[in-house]
Amino acid sequence: MGGVIMLAGHRTWIFEQKPVIISTGTVGGPFEADGAISKDFDLLHADLWLGQDSYEKAHKVYFEEACQKAMEKGEIQKEQVQFLLAGDLINQITPTSFASRTIGAPYFGLFGACSTSMEGLALGAYIINTKGAKYILTGASSHNTAVEKQFRYPTEYGGQKPPTAQWTVTGAGTALLSDSGDGPSVTSATIGRVIDMGLTDPFNMGGAMAPAAVDTIEAHLTERNIDPSYYDLIVTGDLGQIGREVSLDLFKKHGTSISEEQYQDCGLMIYRKGQPVLAGASGAGCSATVVYGHLLNRMKKGEFKRMLVVATGALLSPLSFQQNETIPCIAHAVSIEYGGEQSL
Amino acid sequence: MSNNQKKQLTPVQQEYQELQKQREIKRPVVKNCIKAFLIGGLICLFGQLIQDFYIYYFDFTEQTAGNPTVGTLIFITMLLTGFGVYDRIAQFGGAGTAVPVTGFGNAVISPAIEHRAEGFVLGVGGNLFKLAGAVILFGVFSAFVIALIKTILIRWGGL
Amino acid sequence: MTYFWAFTVGGLICVIGQIMFDVFKLTPGHTLSTLVVVGAILDGFGLYEPLIDFAGAGATVPITSFGNSLVHGAMQEAEKHGLVGVLTGMFEVTSSGISAAIIFGMLGALIFKPKG
Repeated sequence: MGGVIMLAGHRTWIFEQKPVIISTGTVGGPFEADGAISKDFDLLHADLWLGQDSYEKAHKVYFEEACQKAMEKGEIQKEQVQFLLAGDLINQITPTSFASRTIGAPYFGLFGACSTSMEGLALGAYIINTKGAKYILTGASSHNTAVEKQFRYPTEYGGQKPPTAQWTVTGAGTALLSDSGDGPSVTSATIGRVIDMGLTDPFNMGGAMAPAAVDTIEAHLTERNIDPSYYDLIVTGDLGQIGREVSLDLFKKHGTSISEEQYQDCGLMIYRKGQPVLAGASGAGCSATVVYGHLLNRMKKGEFKRMLVVATGALLSPLSFQQNETIPCIAHAVSIEYGGEQSL
Repeated sequence: MSNNQKKQLTPVQQEYQELQKQREIKRPVVKNCIKAFLIGGLICLFGQLIQDFYIYYFDFTEQTAGNPTVGTLIFITMLLTGFGVYDRIAQFGGAGTAVPVTGFGNAVISPAIEHRAEGFVLGVGGNLFKLAGAVILFGVFSAFVIALIKTILIRWGGL
Repeated sequence: MTYFWAFTVGGLICVIGQIMFDVFKLTPGHTLSTLVVVGAILDGFGLYEPLIDFAGAGATVPITSFGNSLVHGAMQEAEKHGLVGVLTGMFEVTSSGISAAIIFGMLGALIFKPKG
């Protein structure tokens, strides 16, 4: 049995065997096709329906396609995938479960809201590292109108969104992990705790999620025993404008020296100025599509060597909001490195 | 969303919320009110034109013209909602589109269109009033209470 | 002149709604329910009908008039038939709004697909 895992500190895993991301698949919708990083998508669709007769069924198709793309690019058959670890935002994660019916691989359905992408990558890397699998497929997806229908209002309802609201990405991002091969490697992961600062506004999730991101990032740096400068890029999933600014304030307050250039957010990268997205993009598909497409592409071109991806999720439901509950949040961090010295 | 809970916030939470408030993009209240005034006023003005049209060209009086006017406004709302235009006007107009009866119409028509995916009985029928139900409930119940009180006062209170 | 007041009064009622949205952070459901109840109360005090005379559609188009119509219908029947009238008369005056919404909702579901 190979694959010794070091548990560093309380909740950080160090992946000594360096599981490799051998391929990825990213699929986006019309808004994303019009966005800032459309060239980094494998597939783009001009509509939200994909010939299906409900949003939720279309959502499933988006995710299926991302899985198929990743397997195609990784040159493996779906029968070779040991486990599929994935999730989405829809009730009972039916789009992902129904997609995995098609894929056919043994399946772990995950729910971490918008942090699902890194929850899956962390767990997937762990399984590869301990030789529990040869190939793992992991990812996350979201669909703008399916999410609006469930969490907020019917799509054609005339509700006025405040400037703190975010736009849910229609897209799916998946990664194929293996124990060897060429590609960026997953080197460590820090699992998040549920953090709740008593915020209640479901139209301001960035503000609610920022403390969770800060908590996980600081734990990661401490437990891995590195300086923030170790990473070329620390990128959050979907804090948006407000969440990003507040977390920078918190870092300053805690004396954690993370610079503004170093600290980015997927939700602020995916769309271009002029698209009506208010405070930024969000959704489980946001971090998945931006990381597994755009950011890994830049990494493979050599633009940077070490990246910490911190996917953030708000763990509320429409019912919890109606019951006057606050919004608990979580953030999972995974480090991805390619080329250059790697610290252990 | 107003937070009326009596839950006590810990000092850490309170501190964070203070910090967060500074970064939270504030709603442009004055701008929104002006937009609401303009759009709401225009819809009511348009309603007045429709009402006068029914009075002069059909057999309606001041008292009875309200009904076809409301019906016409809701018909127009159906078209705007169905063509995907209403929500965009509403993002601009805010309460200017929500407060007139067009808002009520939209609140019934939009879930009907949306939930057709779940069939006409459970989807459309089951969700038709999910947004407008509150208005009907509180309208009817408050009218009941008020009319009850008034009737009792008139009959036995010598009002 | 009615046109001016229709525009202004209607606009002002909407501004009240907008303040409830933005300052009090109420949902549309809470805001509109409150306005309906306000309309009902105003008619209870006999204040809404004069507003309609004055502002025309500026008072009949906002959702407040729904509360007013409900009380009106209830009171009309109650005058004739006593307390029972409160129940039977309620929807006499106001049915067109709800019927229209239901009928056009169904038509909408038959004809349209949501656009996002």
